[in-house]
Amino acid sequence: MGRYVVRRLLQMVPVFVGATLLIFLMVNVMGDPIAGLCGERACDPATAAQLKREFGLDKPLWQQYLTYMGNIFTGDFGTAFNGQPVTELMATAFPVTIRLTIVAILFEIVIGITLGVVTGLHRGRPVDTGVLLATLVVISVPTFVTGLLLQLLLGVQWHWIQPSVSQQAAFGELIVPGLVLAAVSLAYVTRLTRTSIAENKRSDYVRTAVAKGLPRRRVVTRHLLRNSLIPVVTFIGADIGALMGGAIVTERIFNIHGVGYQLYQGILRQNTQTVVGFVTVLVLVFLLVNLLVDLLYAVLDPRIRYA
Amino acid sequence: MRGATHAKWAACTAVMVLMAAACGGASGNGGTGGGVLSSSWGDPQNPLEPANTNEVQGGKVLDMIFRGLKRYDPKTAQARNMLAEKIATSDSQNFTVTIKDGWTFSNGEKITAKSFVDAWNYGASLKNNQKNAYFFGYIQGYDQVHPATGTQSADTLSGLQVVNDRTFTVKLNQKFSSFPDTLGYVAFAPLPRSFFSDHAAWLAKPVGNGPYMIDSYTRGFQMALTKWDGYPGADKAQNDGVTLKVYTDSDTAYTDLLAGNLDLVDDIPASQLRNVKKDLGNRYINTPAGIIQTLAFPYYDKAWDRPGAEKVRTGLSMAINRKQITDTIFQKTRTPASDWTSPVLGTEGGFKEGLCGSACDYDPAGAKRLIQEGGGLPGGQLKITYNADTGSHRMWVDAVCNSINNALGNDKACVGNPIGTFADFRNQISQHKMSGPFRAGWQMDYPLIQNFLQPLYYTNASSNDGKWSNAQFDKLVDQANAETDTAKAVSTFQQAEEVVRDNMAAIPLWYQNGSAGYSERLSNVALNPFSVPVYDEIKVG
Repeated sequence: MGRYVVRRLLQMVPVFVGATLLIFLMVNVMGDPIAGLCGERACDPATAAQLKREFGLDKPLWQQYLTYMGNIFTGDFGTAFNGQPVTELMATAFPVTIRLTIVAILFEIVIGITLGVVTGLHRGRPVDTGVLLATLVVISVPTFVTGLLLQLLLGVQWHWIQPSVSQQAAFGELIVPGLVLAAVSLAYVTRLTRTSIAENKRSDYVRTAVAKGLPRRRVVTRHLLRNSLIPVVTFIGADIGALMGGAIVTERIFNIHGVGYQLYQGILRQNTQTVVGFVTVLVLVFLLVNLLVDLLYAVLDPRIRYA
Repeated sequence: MRGATHAKWAACTAVMVLMAAACGGASGNGGTGGGVLSSSWGDPQNPLEPANTNEVQGGKVLDMIFRGLKRYDPKTAQARNMLAEKIATSDSQNFTVTIKDGWTFSNGEKITAKSFVDAWNYGASLKNNQKNAYFFGYIQGYDQVHPATGTQSADTLSGLQVVNDRTFTVKLNQKFSSFPDTLGYVAFAPLPRSFFSDHAAWLAKPVGNGPYMIDSYTRGFQMALTKWDGYPGADKAQNDGVTLKVYTDSDTAYTDLLAGNLDLVDDIPASQLRNVKKDLGNRYINTPAGIIQTLAFPYYDKAWDRPGAEKVRTGLSMAINRKQITDTIFQKTRTPASDWTSPVLGTEGGFKEGLCGSACDYDPAGAKRLIQEGGGLPGGQLKITYNADTGSHRMWVDAVCNSINNALGNDKACVGNPIGTFADFRNQISQHKMSGPFRAGWQMDYPLIQNFLQPLYYTNASSNDGKWSNAQFDKLVDQANAETDTAKAVSTFQQAEEVVRDNMAAIPLWYQNGSAGYSERLSNVALNPFSVPVYDEIKVG
């Protein structure tokens, strides 16, 4: 187990280096970031040259990358163009997005798995058909449509919620945005659980458990659900990273100043430091969550061992 | 079965509890109370320093917390003395500035001639990276403080001299009669000592001398400004304060206005222009601003600089149906342009409706004829380059191309050439990579006809992105700048503008309006000629 974790952590190093290098190259291919800094008129050459020097943009790309990676290990993610350290941007953006992700994941786990279990146990019944239809609708409607519609109905028409999230972005305010963000994944979790449950319902160990005379509830939660959750856990694990990085649409609609917003601004203003910094952290989150998911398998199915 | 039912109930209860929390939390963070109004804002792109702010969002704040020697009248755009008692000159090159007594910064520090001279020296100095440094380019010694290449050989402008506490002199490197009128621009604001002594602290919470003080500033989220009770000026704030809230998207700000969570939106999103009159009634403002949109040409490309190409350019101008595009695509938030300035200047300031003449009238037949006479489109096809990331430029570029294609009877005569980001767009422009006309917008720095012509069309001027060059135009501009009589200067500038017209140096498209919407709590809301709300005049309740 310990050796497995160490091996996995070592494998992360090349993935991490490769991913950050790719992002670094992509942002730089977009052109000279200083050019957009002066608005509709060109920066005067002397100031532009000096700004380039200050941000290290006058050096060759490989050197910029090495300096950048070197700085990261000391916790220095550079400075955004508005003079704010990128770490400061992260300190404000990540907590908000993490809260939003938690809300979304909770929705996926609670509603998604519950619906999946219910429909999986009642395949072909009206409940099943109804939920299947509903998930189909959710999957096919784009996130920004759901978001804008909910914002308009709940926020402007009925005054149940505030259309925009405040600076604090407390859990309570993030319910609707979280639901919007989770919607599509939630539908997938439902379908995934449903299929898995329906398949395992006919397996030997479930029949044995029922034959032993175990209460139905115990059969479902301890035997059936636990074994059926492996694909679902994989999906939800991968989704954590996707939700954190992909919340751009939801965050824009509900005025949430999180990671998605900062990334969007960073790309618009071609701010290498911001974009690369945030993506670096997201890559780390992704890698760690994947490791965690793999380790969870053993908890769910003791037959899986790590050597 | 029982297990599943339990889980379902648990889930439902959890959702209900969360929903209740959402409703509970909602009432807590509503609009701001009392005489304070809330307004939409965007994250300023640069640190908030007077000489470093070149976009509207940062400029909005500086306009609230700073007052300079002059101030532009929010209605007429005329430059009036603010801190200046008088600005005297006999030769349009040497100016003596006397400032009024009794002005202080909001931290109590007295404003002296030194407050201005130090601030201007700071703004001009290359080592401070100020993006508006070129505003000081007319002052003697700018070359030493801010050389085009290499390191600076002086720290202060030799043309600035403090005479006494209330007087300083300015020596320019050329004659520039309307120089005093440029001094309302925020880059020329005075700065307190704390700006120089503790720069980081000042940036975290800027201190100025305007009708408002910054109460708190959380970068990227919001800024709370309160009325400064000790403000000595006549334009005291009519409300208790303004809370500027950063929005991720102007659509969200508009939604918040409709829901009653926000008092003022100064950027109505294009997608809402259709509904805005129904939604807001007379609480929707749509007034001209000092912004003109044009199509610029790459004169570094021989195909556009050959003799006869001016006929092609004039023909293209005539092929654009400005009225139809401004009516349908912009819902009348733009006005078809008929000169190269802006209506906010007024006729006395140099705006001359119809100066463009028939070259700006939609005339498909004439357009086709002129383009043929001029030798046809270079390369057989026109590519209009624009940045596709903001400002819904795609819509109007497609419409302009459509209009040109119809006039020429050729489906492929004109196509749009989108570029992903604004930064890349600017990058390609500055590297002279344009192969055809490209989108150009000009927002005035100060309401002078000079500002609409010289930076854009003078040889090698700062914003002459197309590298247009014309000796006669340059000569007329120099003449106008040396003219001491304002009316004469304006008419000389108009002669220069006619040179621009005869060569169709750039195709004028339309004047842009500022648009805003506000809640029922507010009254006396207006936009100034820079399309920024006149915050100090807004009344709450």
